[in-house]
Amino acid sequence: MIARLISTIRLGFKSLMLHKLRSGLAMLGIMIGVTAVIWLVAMGEGVSYQAQQQIKDLGATNVIVRSMKPSSGSATGSSFIIEYGLTRDDYQRILEGVPSIRRAVPMREIKGDARAGSRESEIQLLGVTPDYRDMNHLIVERGRFLSDRDVIGEENVCVLAAGAATNLFAHENPVGRKIEIQFNGKSDVYKVVGQTADRTPSAAIGGSLAGRDFNTDVYIPLTTLRLRIGDQVITSRSGSREGEIVQLSQITVTVGEVEEVEEAAGIIEILLEKYHPLGDYAVVVPSELLRQAEMLRMMFNVLLILIAGISLLVGGIGIMNIMLATVTERTREIGIRRALGATQEDVIIQFLAETIVLSAAGGMIGVVFGFGCIPVTYLAQTGLERWLPEVWSTLPTTIRDLQPRIAIWSIIASFLISVGVGVLFGLYPARRAAMMDPIEALRHE
Amino acid sequence: MRMAAEFENLEKHYHLGDVVVKALRGVTAAFPEGDFVALMGSSGSGKSTLLNLLGALDRPTHGRYILGGYDVSTLSDRQLSQVRNQLIGFIFQSYNLIAQYTVLENIQVPLQYRPGRPPISSRDRNRCLDLAEQVGLSDRLDHRPYQLSGGQQQRVAIARALLNDPEIILADEPTGNLDSKTGAEIMQILGKLNREGRTIIMVTHEPDIAEQAKRQIYMRDGMIAGEGIFPG
Ligand SMILES: Nc1ncnc2c1ncn2[C@@H]1O[C@H](COP(=O)(O)OP(=O)(O)OP(=O)(O)O)[C@@H](O)[C@H]1O
Ligand SMILES: [Mg+2]
Repeated sequence: MIARLISTIRLGFKSLMLHKLRSGLAMLGIMIGVTAVIWLVAMGEGVSYQAQQQIKDLGATNVIVRSMKPSSGSATGSSFIIEYGLTRDDYQRILEGVPSIRRAVPMREIKGDARAGSRESEIQLLGVTPDYRDMNHLIVERGRFLSDRDVIGEENVCVLAAGAATNLFAHENPVGRKIEIQFNGKSDVYKVVGQTADRTPSAAIGGSLAGRDFNTDVYIPLTTLRLRIGDQVITSRSGSREGEIVQLSQITVTVGEVEEVEEAAGIIEILLEKYHPLGDYAVVVPSELLRQAEMLRMMFNVLLILIAGISLLVGGIGIMNIMLATVTERTREIGIRRALGATQEDVIIQFLAETIVLSAAGGMIGVVFGFGCIPVTYLAQTGLERWLPEVWSTLPTTIRDLQPRIAIWSIIASFLISVGVGVLFGLYPARRAAMMDPIEALRHE
Repeated sequence: MRMAAEFENLEKHYHLGDVVVKALRGVTAAFPEGDFVALMGSSGSGKSTLLNLLGALDRPTHGRYILGGYDVSTLSDRQLSQVRNQLIGFIFQSYNLIAQYTVLENIQVPLQYRPGRPPISSRDRNRCLDLAEQVGLSDRLDHRPYQLSGGQQQRVAIARALLNDPEIILADEPTGNLDSKTGAEIMQILGKLNREGRTIIMVTHEPDIAEQAKRQIYMRDGMIAGEGIFPG
């Protein structure tokens, strides 16, 4: 039985090799169909994986409230200083107004420069509370993180992220050393009390949360930041001075259960809405991302069914067309085989084997091209970023950060489908061959 | 004497629209084992039609056909296929080899369709090599039909016809496409096979070919008109 199967397949392969170009062209449709299935599934899986990773990063039970710079012109204040975003009052309102709240972690974030001796480095200065560490799963490698006493005492202490530490102190232990940070023309000295471990950058989320490289972070107590720098920060860039007044950059609210996140986000919206008519804040629900990712995946799936369906149909018809030509061309051979004892079934099996070999070969090549999904996506992304930066910047971050993940099931399924297409579209030509009258077939020129 | 094949009152009608063509109009004959018959007659007299019925390629409209003890006239398509594979060896005017196969592969084709479809064993292979040697093609095993002369192709067909040790060998103008010298060589092989005990029924137009058979049957208008090279 197995031996017969193998020899039938071998015969099919042999007769297809007689017309390599024709067979190759016939396979094309199936090949493209299978490649499309694998690619689109990989994209969908990539999106969904990305979302799951982000949720893990951000915490599924968190609601993230961020200050958003309003579009220019609508801001209050003098021409070059705009005031916007979350306030300390907002923080109190959230603490008191959200019943399911476990904790709320406020944070203020400013881009700036730090110096240690002769070394200077761009940093991301973060005013935080001790909870920030736990919430962001920061690992303290050296020294300690900020403490409640640091916050209460408005101490001039800081904790460096790994990258910032390397930039400022090379590979020396930064703990106990001092760094100098300058804002608004006034410089302050902070004592380094700890250093956190390396951390992989997070991807951006849906426009309201930019991707972040945590490694240039410098953490100081939130109270210290307010005391030393204040809410207003003026930066002078290429001659023009601009400034902003922001009390808090972000409040991360943690609730007890994932099911409560939705409701908490709703309450926060209501609490903040009337104090922020300009909408200079955004409420991000990480678990919401999953829904967005599922939407995107659904889109990929619709595309998948469309593209795969069409190309497999076209591929199937192509194969049928070739097989009909083959059957006509080989009428005489069919007659000979029938005269020598082939039953109608034998003839069906012979031609069906050829179609299956054809479509399965197409499917296999399609699978090989399917694996090309990962390098091709990578090349497309880096190529776009490099050569067409304007186009690149308009793409949604989900696409920019997309890493396709090839699903084993899609390989198996698409391969089986290609074989199925072979059977389906091969059946008619094979039956036609089998139904021929042996005498007429023998007489055929 | 045991009969290799016998038939009684065979009729074959073809329907072409409203017209009925009676290609065979009641033929009766019997062929004992070891017979060598030349079937003659003018064009359209029904020789090929009769041979196709004898070869189980078709079923008669009426009549009975017994081959090697089996009544073939009532078999299903699948059974007819088996009869062709096991009891009949065909030799055609235009050789009818499979173009993409080598000599050896062509000889082996009937093995693909043996009952139960067992795989080809080394014993089968040796038998094929023996047959190739019998027809003088041992040195051409890997050649394809287009690399062979007509006579050589017909020898491949003969080897293939002998493979399953058939009850009768049916040849429709086996020398029709060959020059007289090559035709004579083919006839020598057939004569030798007959002397070894094979039953052969052969259609031919050429009297000197027909003469080499043991007897001659003459057909006219779908009926047997008589025995002997010349009618009457
Ligand atoms: N499939 C068919 N459909 C209709 N008529 C047919 C068919 N096959 C044969 N005939 C008719 O049957 C008659 C006998 O044909 P057959 O082929 O048996 O003649 P033949 O004796 O072999 O002639 P030739 O010597 O030319 O080969 C002819 O009149 C032919 O037209
Ligand atoms: Mg004829």
